[in-house]
Amino acid sequence: MSVVVSAENLTKKYGDLVAVNGINFSVKQGECFGLLGPNGAGKTTTIKMIQCVSPKTSGKLEVLGMDVDLYSKEIKKFLGVVPQENNLDPDFTVYENLMIYSRYFSISKNKAKERVERLLKFMQLEEKRDVMIERLSGGMKRRLIIARALLNEPKILILDEPTVGLDPQTRHLIWDKIKSLKKEGVTIILTTHYMEEAAKLCDRLVIMDYGRILVEGKPDNLVKERIGNSILEVEANSEILLCLQRMRLEFEVVGDMIHIFTDRPYDLMFTLMNQCRLNRTAVRSATLEDVFLRLTGRVLRE
Amino acid sequence: MSSYLKLPKVGNWAWKVWMRNWDVFIKTYKVNFILPFLEPILYLIALGFGLGGFVGSVEGIPYAAFLAPGLISISVMNSAFFECTYGSYVRMYYQKIFDAMIATPLNLDEIIAGEIFWGATKSLINATFMLIVVIAFGLISFPISLIIIPFSFIAGFLFSALAICFTAISPNINALNYPVFLLITPMLLFSGTFFPLSTLPLPIRYASFATLPLVHVVEISRAIALGRWSDLLFLNLIWIIIVSFLLFVISINLMKRRLIV
Repeated sequence: MSVVVSAENLTKKYGDLVAVNGINFSVKQGECFGLLGPNGAGKTTTIKMIQCVSPKTSGKLEVLGMDVDLYSKEIKKFLGVVPQENNLDPDFTVYENLMIYSRYFSISKNKAKERVERLLKFMQLEEKRDVMIERLSGGMKRRLIIARALLNEPKILILDEPTVGLDPQTRHLIWDKIKSLKKEGVTIILTTHYMEEAAKLCDRLVIMDYGRILVEGKPDNLVKERIGNSILEVEANSEILLCLQRMRLEFEVVGDMIHIFTDRPYDLMFTLMNQCRLNRTAVRSATLEDVFLRLTGRVLRE
Repeated sequence: MSSYLKLPKVGNWAWKVWMRNWDVFIKTYKVNFILPFLEPILYLIALGFGLGGFVGSVEGIPYAAFLAPGLISISVMNSAFFECTYGSYVRMYYQKIFDAMIATPLNLDEIIAGEIFWGATKSLINATFMLIVVIAFGLISFPISLIIIPFSFIAGFLFSALAICFTAISPNINALNYPVFLLITPMLLFSGTFFPLSTLPLPIRYASFATLPLVHVVEISRAIALGRWSDLLFLNLIWIIIVSFLLFVISINLMKRRLIV
């Protein structure tokens, strides 16, 4: 599989603030690559450098084998971008938005018409074609932005938090569409705060914090390596804490609960029941969210 | 300082930005076509004929005929300046149009150039409407005065580039009131629009000539309107072209400083 984005020692500084601090990663053709991290971790900055709209401070960044500093126009021809913030053109209808945007890519009018029809259908917006942007719901706007990002039949689709604030129906629709695009061979770069979304869609992801990459890997593997299969949650009290320390188990106190990381949760539960006094307990599978919180901490960032 | 004089890279893609604004203009044509007709009629009646009755003739012509090219010049200035300050600011900051464009092969140089060309086009459109009114009132020589139409594009370009400089440095949309009140309003009054500059003391005349773009636009417009040619017009045109070019380069670099982070 060939590499479509490669970053070496990529750095971005805003004055004294180092937003991206010498990161290395590569995105392979046809995969869905996730960038995860708390707010301010450097995800959007990284994406903006890939998009050629924010110049890098140092390091190397190539998209489709081209240097971002030298070939921004050529690179941008092959990118589809779904930005974090909606920026549809409020002076136009749904249909006009797509037609006018296709002009920015120098797509001929006939070709554009054909693609717009197809994309309206693909994103289930046909009935809204003559509606002005301000009359669309949040979900429709998001679907339209995705349709717009596909006008130039991009080789790389960049999705910056594509499903923020959407209802579950729309979110599932968007996930389905992303999956079908992936099947067609489109490379996808995704940032998200929804771990479920990342786990569902990403073949590979990195978790970033303070401008650095903390880990990289397949979602399942990351969970297995960092947490294990399961988590046993027990209500915290001093007796159990002593008990766990004595047994030298790996655990984390979260509010009034203790999370114990284990591959054999039920065996452990019986052992604990025999040895300490247990109140509320629950067994659940470990998720990407556990990995994320473990790596980036539970403290609020802003 | 030299970073503000870096030459922009503007290809023919800038016309795509121009086309977008043109499409919006056509979509809302009813509003766009009435006002440019109405404004000059009101001014001509109130100032040209009302006030003109007291003034009599200026420089040997009726006051209304003296005033007409001044009004056209003011319209050229206002259309471009307001389009590329408030209009561009709304597109840039509130509508996030530039953000959407920059994700396509368009670069920022082309986006800003497109905005400036559009501002100049607005001048041309409004000047054309005013010209029709003024011709209908019989205040201007015809058909030579039609040269004002292409000239209004050149003059509009100057004011658009100037406007973009202010748009680029304004921290918020209200800050745009400063150039309007401190620059545009005085310029509107002291550029030989409502009265000949020759009535002012010499130092002020020189200062106006050196610093106020509208002075040059009025000089040329009036010469075209009245068919009075002079060699000095060449100086006015050179001034406009040089300053336009400088402002064009500076405005794009200022916008880059603001938007490319």
